[in-house]
Amino acid sequence: MGSFIFKRSLQSVFSLVALIILIFFLARMTGSPADLYLPQDASAEARFQFNEQYGFNDPLIEQFGRFLWGLLHFDMGQSLQFSRPAVDVVLQAFPTTLALAAITMPLVLLVSIVTGSLAAYRPGGIFDRFASILSLIGASTPNFWVAIVGVLVFAVTLRVLPTSGTGTALHWILPVGVLMLRPTGVLVQVVRTSMMTALSSTYIKTARAKGVGSRAIVFVHALRNGLLPVITVASDQAAGIVNGAVIVETVFGFPGIGKLMIDSVLLRDFAVIQAAVLVTALAVFVINIIVDITYALVDPRIRYS
Amino acid sequence: MTDQPLLDIRNLSIDFPNRHGVVHAVADVSWSVNAGETLAILGESGSGKSVSASAVMDLVDAPPALITSGEIFYRGRDLLKTPREERRKINGKNISMIFQDPLAALNPVYPVGWQIAETLRVHGVDKAATHARVIDLLGRVGIADPERRAKQYPHQFSGGQRQRIMIASAIALEPDLLIADEPTSALDVTVQAQVLKLLKELQAESGMGLVLITHDLGVVEKVADRVVVMQNGRIVEAGTATGIMTEPQHPYTRKLIDAMPGRHGFEVQPSVAASDRPLLEVRNVSRVYGVLPGKVADIGPNAVKAVDDASFVLNKGETLGIVGESGSGKSTLARMLLGLDKPTLGTIRFDGHNLNAMSAAETFRVRRRMQFVFQDPTASLNPRMTVGQIVSEPWAIHTDVLEKSLWRDRVIDLLERVGLKADQIDRHPHQFSGGQRQRIAIARALALQPDVIVCDEAVSALDVSVQAQVTDLLKTLRRDFGLSYIFIAHDLALIRDFATSTIVMYKGQIVEQGPTEALYRDPQHAYTQRLLQASDAHLPTAA
Repeated sequence: MGSFIFKRSLQSVFSLVALIILIFFLARMTGSPADLYLPQDASAEARFQFNEQYGFNDPLIEQFGRFLWGLLHFDMGQSLQFSRPAVDVVLQAFPTTLALAAITMPLVLLVSIVTGSLAAYRPGGIFDRFASILSLIGASTPNFWVAIVGVLVFAVTLRVLPTSGTGTALHWILPVGVLMLRPTGVLVQVVRTSMMTALSSTYIKTARAKGVGSRAIVFVHALRNGLLPVITVASDQAAGIVNGAVIVETVFGFPGIGKLMIDSVLLRDFAVIQAAVLVTALAVFVINIIVDITYALVDPRIRYS
Repeated sequence: MTDQPLLDIRNLSIDFPNRHGVVHAVADVSWSVNAGETLAILGESGSGKSVSASAVMDLVDAPPALITSGEIFYRGRDLLKTPREERRKINGKNISMIFQDPLAALNPVYPVGWQIAETLRVHGVDKAATHARVIDLLGRVGIADPERRAKQYPHQFSGGQRQRIMIASAIALEPDLLIADEPTSALDVTVQAQVLKLLKELQAESGMGLVLITHDLGVVEKVADRVVVMQNGRIVEAGTATGIMTEPQHPYTRKLIDAMPGRHGFEVQPSVAASDRPLLEVRNVSRVYGVLPGKVADIGPNAVKAVDDASFVLNKGETLGIVGESGSGKSTLARMLLGLDKPTLGTIRFDGHNLNAMSAAETFRVRRRMQFVFQDPTASLNPRMTVGQIVSEPWAIHTDVLEKSLWRDRVIDLLERVGLKADQIDRHPHQFSGGQRQRIAIARALALQPDVIVCDEAVSALDVSVQAQVTDLLKTLRRDFGLSYIFIAHDLALIRDFATSTIVMYKGQIVEQGPTEALYRDPQHAYTQRLLQASDAHLPTAA
């Protein structure tokens, strides 16, 4: 298993390098930070000074070299908006998003596995139809719209939940709920399909012929087989939560990495964009490793060597 | 003990409503089985033979199925009037069931020991006692080193071992009745014989009743006391096994028995003029995995030799049967003949051309003279193409064979040759039965007027009576077109009355080859003898 993780890490280095190159040059295509940080009527002299101070006057390739060199020393440069090291800024915002994802994802899994399994147990039944319609709505409704309507209904009209911020547990309800919606909708459908396949297998017939009760048939025999495709899609959705976080954090004023990224893009804070993307990419990489290990735990036929 | 049967099914009818109406899967069926007795339910696919037995185990899903009438008495109690929860307690404890494909029937993600123990657990056996009982059961069904093997998963066992594990799980609580649904159909011939023997032994020990659902008359003949023959959901004949085998009454039963391969005379080897060069010549061919073609020096002692030094010739008009069990190398050999794989060593010559040392243009010209028919006609015909498109496709590739304006007439001609109708030309494969699909595949193979057709298990997936029809067709075509065949099969009986000469493969090697009649009458190699013993092919030719 150790050598497997090592091999996977080596493979990921290539994608990370490609990502770093891409993000470095793409960020610089948005324009000059000097236009944003200096007054509109700033003199050419002042602009030159500003660019000189942050090294934006140097040839692009030299800036890139400096960026790589810094990267090797875990130095991602200075944030323009906060005048602090970009890494510090990102690592400060990261736990909020991590907490958001860590609360959301288990809830998504719980709801979708239970709902999908029950729907698959009697395909075409009332519960199944209900679940299918709701999950389709969940999977296809835009996040930002639900977020805004959520604020309007629960915060403005009913006044039961706060509009934004992070202070109390109540602050988490709307963001987590909105973030859950799409992954849950998608996963209920995946669980349903894969459980239907599992439930029509011959080993289910064997279990019934042995006298195994229906709960054990669904949750012991079928579920573990039905989980494999679910894990694949779930890992994809987990990575997708980062995307969702950009919207949810912006709407609810959550100081996480999603909001930080949007703010930094708008403010051309290159160092923070780079650091945020890199940290997110590393998180996705860790998710993938966990998923690969989970595969091997769930299915004994999969062994990494 | 009373004289009532262990299990007594009376006037059972089961319908499956679908879009087009109602399928009467089981229509007014009655059968019974006593303790210690073996009842065979014989029928081809779609005959309803499994459905009535599944109803005993509450495995028929209703809906969609509808049990419209009948009673199922187990020890005098009507199971159909018994609450589901009560029936669950009977399943596995009093009546148990095993299935055709043991790999599919075992849950892939749990150790086999756990799965056997589950039968004990759900019926309330004390946890402390289960482990010892599982080890005991595994040993009883002939799994060596049961302590270690109990922790392993189904994919780590062979097909025969998996079926033994299924049996261990089924007999764990010493049931009165075991229902075996095609228990040996997915297994190799020699393994089949072992599993049947095990079932009979267990029955002798415990006195349980055995219901054997099968399409295989050979199995019936070997183990059954009584037989019911089913066709289209109805019982057409019932009686003792010997009675039915010797004096079948119903025309359908007679047809089944007549269709049993190996009941007709041997095919005669065509005479070959000494001057004729062989059509196909395989010389010292080996396929070693993990070694590049020609790199003899790399073949170490641990190399996997899928085919080991095989040599044979195929002459014009000859039919060469290649027989072997799974893992014998017969499929690897076929893949090399097909050009899907290259021999590591040795040469394959077709009409004098070395198949692995030809230019692309030469390959294009020579290869067409050798055509193929595969095992699974459902998988080998493109579902989105019509029969006309499928059969004429070779002409789209080999444009010199036939002008496009003539395609349709020629396809119709070919379809009629293989026993299909001209008006079926625009249909799609799913509108045909398995046997008809194999006829389409044969028509496609004939399109380029080949010299040789390689049939890889071409009739193995078909019902017995359909098998006989397709082999008869192949025989007719052999005569009409002067074709030669290479006929790969695991079924010795099939080869017996079709192949003019036979090759027996075992663990990658050709252990015996010769004219079919001589080989069957006087097998030399121990493996051939074992194979003949295990199969039905040694039966004396019926009059």
